[in-house]
Amino acid sequence: MATTRKAAIVGGNRIPFARSNSAYAQASNQDMLTATLDGLVARFGLQGKQLGEVVAGAVLKHSRDFNLTRESVLGSKLSATTPAYDVQQACGTGLEAAILVANKVALGQIESGIAGGVDTTSDAPLAVGDDLRRALIGLNNARTLQQRLKAIGKIRPGQLVPEAPRNAEPRTGLAMGDHAAITAEEWEIGREEQDELAVRSHRNMAAAYDRGFFDDLVTPFLGLARDNNLRPDSSLEKLSTLKPVFGKGEGATMTAGNSTPLTDGASAVLLASDEWAEARGLPVLAHLVDAQTAAVDYVHGGEGLLMAPVYAMPVMLARNGLTLQDFDFYEIHEAFASTVLATLKAWEDADFCKAKLGLDAPLGSIDRGKLNVNGSSLAAGHPFAATGGRIVAQLAKTLHEAGPGKRGLISICAAGGQGVVAILES
Amino acid sequence: MSDWYREFANSGFGSTITKQLGLPRPAVLRRYEPGEPLLPGPVVVGSAGEGRLREQLTTVLRDAGVTVQSPVTADGATDGEKLGAVVLDATGLSTPGDLASAHDFLAPAIKRLRASGRVLILADPPSEAGSPAQAAARQALDGLVRSIGKELRDGSTANLVYVPAGAEGSIAGPVRFFLSGRSAYVDGQVVTLSSAEVPEGEDADRPLAGKVAVVTGAARGIGASIARVLSRDGAHVVAVDIPAAGDKLAEVANEVGGTAFQLDITADDAAPRLVEHVRERHGGVDVVVHNAGITRDKLLVNMDAARWNSVMAVNLQAQLDLTQALLDADGVLKDGARIVCVSSQSGIAGNRGQTNYAASKAGVIGMVRAWAPEFANRKATINAVAPGFIVTDMTAKMPLGTREVGSRLNSLQQGGLPVDVAETIAWLAQPGSAGVNGQTVRVCGQSLLGA
Repeated sequence: MATTRKAAIVGGNRIPFARSNSAYAQASNQDMLTATLDGLVARFGLQGKQLGEVVAGAVLKHSRDFNLTRESVLGSKLSATTPAYDVQQACGTGLEAAILVANKVALGQIESGIAGGVDTTSDAPLAVGDDLRRALIGLNNARTLQQRLKAIGKIRPGQLVPEAPRNAEPRTGLAMGDHAAITAEEWEIGREEQDELAVRSHRNMAAAYDRGFFDDLVTPFLGLARDNNLRPDSSLEKLSTLKPVFGKGEGATMTAGNSTPLTDGASAVLLASDEWAEARGLPVLAHLVDAQTAAVDYVHGGEGLLMAPVYAMPVMLARNGLTLQDFDFYEIHEAFASTVLATLKAWEDADFCKAKLGLDAPLGSIDRGKLNVNGSSLAAGHPFAATGGRIVAQLAKTLHEAGPGKRGLISICAAGGQGVVAILES
Repeated sequence: MSDWYREFANSGFGSTITKQLGLPRPAVLRRYEPGEPLLPGPVVVGSAGEGRLREQLTTVLRDAGVTVQSPVTADGATDGEKLGAVVLDATGLSTPGDLASAHDFLAPAIKRLRASGRVLILADPPSEAGSPAQAAARQALDGLVRSIGKELRDGSTANLVYVPAGAEGSIAGPVRFFLSGRSAYVDGQVVTLSSAEVPEGEDADRPLAGKVAVVTGAARGIGASIARVLSRDGAHVVAVDIPAAGDKLAEVANEVGGTAFQLDITADDAAPRLVEHVRERHGGVDVVVHNAGITRDKLLVNMDAARWNSVMAVNLQAQLDLTQALLDADGVLKDGARIVCVSSQSGIAGNRGQTNYAASKAGVIGMVRAWAPEFANRKATINAVAPGFIVTDMTAKMPLGTREVGSRLNSLQQGGLPVDVAETIAWLAQPGSAGVNGQTVRVCGQSLLGA
């Protein structure tokens, strides 16, 4: 195809997000992703339909889930002739999946597709340690009784303890929260502003639920109709009593209240060409205009683990001839309140923008009234790979409600020092 | 839930026992299956006086592939085959004396009626009679039909259709319905037709092909059954229920190849959202089934405002508001639209502990009656169905005694199924039901309550 087109976001679906080991303790990634796809199918009448592709992923994945998305498609009401593949970019998975589908739509390679993500920290994969694994392989290869006994003799009780996945960076051994705490200290992010951001997230999301905003974005699952991390009555007074859980000493500011908890959940977004949507009487909430990914060297390069979106943003803005202020809504993923605040502060900082981003002038500040207006991860929770889909669908609907020609910005930080940003426009 | 007693009464041993003890002997009802003939046997058509529907009736029955036999004589001389239905054209009645001929025709014919047979009488409405004697004769049919309904056994039903002058062209759909398995649990009912333009060329197996139907309360029970039946009849179903029931709703929508629309119909902006949804996604709507309903039972003296208000809001006010919004929205309610509102037996008979519920459901009956002329002007209709004892998850939770007694207090001696309500709604939703407007049809097996 000679020209490209902008992919339309038709709508989305997610199951309510559940804190780890709560409502979805017995559900697998495949259960959740399949239910989410089926909710989307029901919303848009896609039963038995063949779509261009379904792209989704999970961060915490069992080895048996090697073909997670395709298996979920086969278990769903979509046509079994819909191809699917898995992607994984830590917390950027969901948004990256949407970009992938949107790009194929833009190139005319497909007319429609679903992007999604799912994660469970309740049904997390447990693995046997390397020592035990070697011993078991040896046992398997043994031919004689003597060899077998020898192989069994190598097994030690300590090896029988399974290895649980850790929410820590392999190269630093630090938890993500500890990394964020370092950044928070560097950027002098205060406790109160973090708590304020958290309270706003809870209140915004509770209000959005109450006005029915999520009626066509969420489908109940396993008895849960709303995110069970959501605290509509959250207040500064309550949050201020919590003890810091990340960071050290007097200066520690990050608590369980202004950090996202481990969460289970899944989300999906339906993308298509305008023509495909129109032929089926389906709405176009917004278009995915552009996206950018960046990575930082948080191991040796002195940059914060979750600061990559800060670097991705000016590249994308310049390419589109836009400034940071040219947007009606901002969705900055609230992995931690301090991450959002550090991101904004970095864009406001002239020295940082010049030295690190190579900009003559800082990107500047944004109108905080346009930030995460219907709540974000601090309220909903953060099932890693499912967050991108939640944000894309939520922002697309927000833009659609505001009317045509409105612009929205997404910024999502991810493990491994990566970040994904995107522009949507109604 | 299976009807263990009905199964027992229909077993060899159970049949003997129930017969000897004079216990109720509920039949296995003949229910509609697509592709099956309208009737399992021939129909005999008779008339009381000089009826004016003879020709139309013959055409309707012939088009439906039914064998029509000439009336049997009083001595039952005609041979053999048991009858699927007995139809009496009583439009010729002028005086009560003419009723004797109705008796002469019906008695031997009904004797030959097979199981799940049908007795259908068509007559002029008493309100349009030329004299008190004529009105008396016409009204007499009401008592006659209701009594026949109570005398019939083995799942047979009797119903009366009043056909005013000018409404002759409307009879095809109603006649087919009352003879078919769709009306399995509709018994002892009186429906008054009105004159209307009835579209031709309806596909009997898929009468709702190409139609868009909104069903509220579609996540479970009767609503889910309505979605299934409307879909089976060809409609695209927009299944509506509260967001908290969205997972069940999605299952129903996916099962019937429809779409799920999560909406609290009592929300302030529910009406504009529904209007916008059907406009944007489907360019309008052909059929709306107001099925969503709740109960908040309490004796009136103990009932708080919340119980009263919530029942009124869901069961009555939402039906009014959504319907008005659809009427007001330009072009959204398509030509020939059909609104079907779910009322209840409680709205007719009243029920202890259900003042709020019964009031709301009675209100529905008043609403459809009052709105009928406006809908007629738009070549549309609005009707209600009033379910009696319908076997659902809700009745499964009733104490055994209450449930057993409740389900037997009707001429068919059994509870109805959700599909029975759904079939009646689907019939009212058909293009061919253009002449049925402002009516409330009970789906109650001729319940003793409020009859």
